Amino acid sequence: MSFILADKVAPYAWFPDGASSFVNQVDTLFTVIMWICVVFFVPIVIAMGYFMWKFRERPGYRGSPEALHNNLIEITWTVVPTIIVVWIFWEGAMGYLDMSRIPKGTIDVNVTAKKWNWAFKYENGGEHETIAVSESNVKELPLLVLPVERDIKIIMRSEDVLHSFYIPAFRAKRDVVPGRYNYLWFRPTVEGVYDLFCTEYCGDNHSQMIAKVKVVKEAEYRKALEKAVQEPEDPIERGKLLYKRQGCSTCHNAGSEGASGPGPSYNGSWGKKVQLESGEEVDFDENYVERSILNPQAQARKGYGKASPMNSYAGKLKKDQIEALIAFIKSLENSTAAGKK
Amino acid sequence: MSVVDRPLASPGYSEADSYPTHHFLNHSHGILSWALTLDHKRIGLMYLVGVMSSFALGGLFALMIRIHLWNFQDGWLSNKTYNQVFTLHGAIMVFLFIIPSIPAALGNFLLPIMLGTKDVAFPRLNLMSFYLWITGLVFFLAALSITGLDTGWTFYTPYSIDTQQGGAVLAATFGVFVLGFSSIFTGLNFIVTINTMRPPGMSWFRMPLFLWALYSTSIIQVLATPVLGITVLLLSAERLLGIGIFDPKLNGDPVTFQHFFWFYSHPAVYIMILPAMGIISELMSVHCHKGIFGYRMIAYSSIAIALFGFLVWGHHMFTSGMADVTAVVFSALTFTVSIPSAIKVFNWLGTMYQGTVSLNTPMLYALAFIFLFTIGGLTGLPLGALSTDMHFHDTYFVVAHFHYVMMGGTLVAFLGGVFHWWPKMTGRMFNDKLGIVSAIIVFVGFNLTFLPQFVLGSRGMPRRYATYLPEFQPLHQLSTIGSLTLGSGLLLALIVLLMSLVNGKKAPRNPWGGATLEWECASPPPHDNFSSAPTVGDPYDFSNIEYDGKTGGYVKRA
Repeated sequence: MSFILADKVAPYAWFPDGASSFVNQVDTLFTVIMWICVVFFVPIVIAMGYFMWKFRERPGYRGSPEALHNNLIEITWTVVPTIIVVWIFWEGAMGYLDMSRIPKGTIDVNVTAKKWNWAFKYENGGEHETIAVSESNVKELPLLVLPVERDIKIIMRSEDVLHSFYIPAFRAKRDVVPGRYNYLWFRPTVEGVYDLFCTEYCGDNHSQMIAKVKVVKEAEYRKALEKAVQEPEDPIERGKLLYKRQGCSTCHNAGSEGASGPGPSYNGSWGKKVQLESGEEVDFDENYVERSILNPQAQARKGYGKASPMNSYAGKLKKDQIEALIAFIKSLENSTAAGKK
Repeated sequence: MSVVDRPLASPGYSEADSYPTHHFLNHSHGILSWALTLDHKRIGLMYLVGVMSSFALGGLFALMIRIHLWNFQDGWLSNKTYNQVFTLHGAIMVFLFIIPSIPAALGNFLLPIMLGTKDVAFPRLNLMSFYLWITGLVFFLAALSITGLDTGWTFYTPYSIDTQQGGAVLAATFGVFVLGFSSIFTGLNFIVTINTMRPPGMSWFRMPLFLWALYSTSIIQVLATPVLGITVLLLSAERLLGIGIFDPKLNGDPVTFQHFFWFYSHPAVYIMILPAMGIISELMSVHCHKGIFGYRMIAYSSIAIALFGFLVWGHHMFTSGMADVTAVVFSALTFTVSIPSAIKVFNWLGTMYQGTVSLNTPMLYALAFIFLFTIGGLTGLPLGALSTDMHFHDTYFVVAHFHYVMMGGTLVAFLGGVFHWWPKMTGRMFNDKLGIVSAIIVFVGFNLTFLPQFVLGSRGMPRRYATYLPEFQPLHQLSTIGSLTLGSGLLLALIVLLMSLVNGKKAPRNPWGGATLEWECASPPPHDNFSSAPTVGDPYDFSNIEYDGKTGGYVKRA
């Protein structure tokens, strides 16, 4: 959008370094608004200070008690600010429309927000890696890798409450609203690693719901995409990766990882008999694991019949992926059951 | 004789001719004489004690927050406790302090006296609204503290309708609704009183500007508060009957809740700031001993703010994914509110020009208000503009902005008003020197607390974070130091006021030289306010008001 003032005004030192195509518009508009504020504020304060001194109550001085009224002055200080705010409104609205109209040919990223983490899924189905950090209360953060100078479309959904996706360096923000998809687009312009915050209050660990965005050259981005879908040769390692990637870890404990419920732990069950909800006993073996992945309710374990129902993974996992998961669970044969049952 | 002759040091005046032996404070005795009083002055004083206690409580929570944020992690509160504390801080300050502060406390005390009448139109309704306030307060505080509500004062769905929270939110919003009714009754009472009980000679445009402000505020209270009731009703229907309204699990839409909530809560922002502007108009003219500049513009701008204030709620939801047209329209409407606010600031400055500026405690608070409110207003511009708001939304920039308006604006004006009318309400003068010191400490502490937060927000620091990135720590620490300074300034202000009750000089009828009617009745006023109907003049005609060395106050030259 055209600006009345210079094409690029130096942004304020306190702004974080900008790294997207929105930065110029937002920072320039803010800088101009700041100067408008200064132009209003400084004379107001000077006038106030001068009047405080010049007209102060003191012996030998008496000011006028008459109320003043001046149409010309009053119309001026109504009309001039009106013109200025109309301009500010216009620039803000135009910049916003650029932000909300998503261009064609974007690279799409699916973002899932839930208490209290971000999950990123790339176009090829690959999922995000994590990055080690030394930041407040967290050791590892999800890492979103994006190519520089490409239009990115973020497709957002929430699994629970309101969240908000905010990358200060990109000057981009959009709420993640449960029950609908919300979209955001931007074009990263500078390579680097940037902060991603949740800015809509979402409960206990709201302040730890942060992630990192790494902007890289397109070739590097392609490599990251490939890596995101690669699975290791070793079946146990591959099973472990799938356990995390496919979301098993959100309900099942394995080794010392994963949630402690509502699903049963994988630890130390292999080769033993398990009690079913029906009272029947079956062997915990390859057949049982495969059946539980494809048809989870068929042989629900005792005490889990009414647990939050697991969806079937039939069609979502290939035969060799199921084998890898079996190998992984088998490897936990001798792990002691952690936490609850 | 003119103000020039005013002896600056210790006026040795005789009290007999102005200080009444019989007044509303000793008119009747015993707890019941207060609990069942229909006297608007006593009700006003009870509100004053109530809102000031609420403020102290909310302030303690604020200090807890600031102390917790001294370190970027491992503060002294757990995340959950921190979330409860900021919820308590916001909810108490908004619903129990700012909304009732000026209208219910100062408004109740002053409105009938400024009109030269004995009481408000419906004294029983007035007492009832006080008890509704107490009921709402008890209910609300109980809901907040027993259930450990941690939704923030905005109660956003669906977080607030989670299984553990749902009941608590219903209880808390019900409490808010009862408080709302108190506010509706007060508003209704004021509207009827101003419409029907103005004395002969007081036309609309000879009304003190504080009354214009209260009138505009009352209109908002009566029109906007019922929407809060509807919201509570819908929340209950959703929870008890399982009708999907706000909960996506039942095919409801959480953004609908935001619309409902802000349709009340945004006009509520003007319930908070308009009476403050009214106080400043009074303080500026009285302490400059000069008629207010552009009386009509100030009166019209109050009404304009009240009306525009209804049309801008959507700016709280710019990032929610609303339609582009909606966002653009709300942004445009938002800017309309800035104009009448700007006009007022210019008019207050114009009032100082060629006046006789008394730099006493109320005046310093009024000047601090103009400084702080101007910053609060100007920093609203990048929030109203859509593209810049995408960066600032829900960051500390917003936190700093609304504290400049709500606290730098409303609270500071409230303090100025309390100091200004304290001699009228209690019959005692406070120590002006210490009062001035308190105003300066509050001013410095306030800026030290909230200026760094603008920078934090610009750098991307989100709101409502119990822990934060280490790079933000220095600015947070600066802000915490500021908050402690601010807290001590406020404590000093309270001490100054309380000390005056113990050893304050008896107040003359008109200690500052005001021209409105409340300065024509005794300090403190007798039970019936005026023994005979006062003559109504121009509320801003200071030409015949002169200092009288004998009483230490001002008198109207016959």
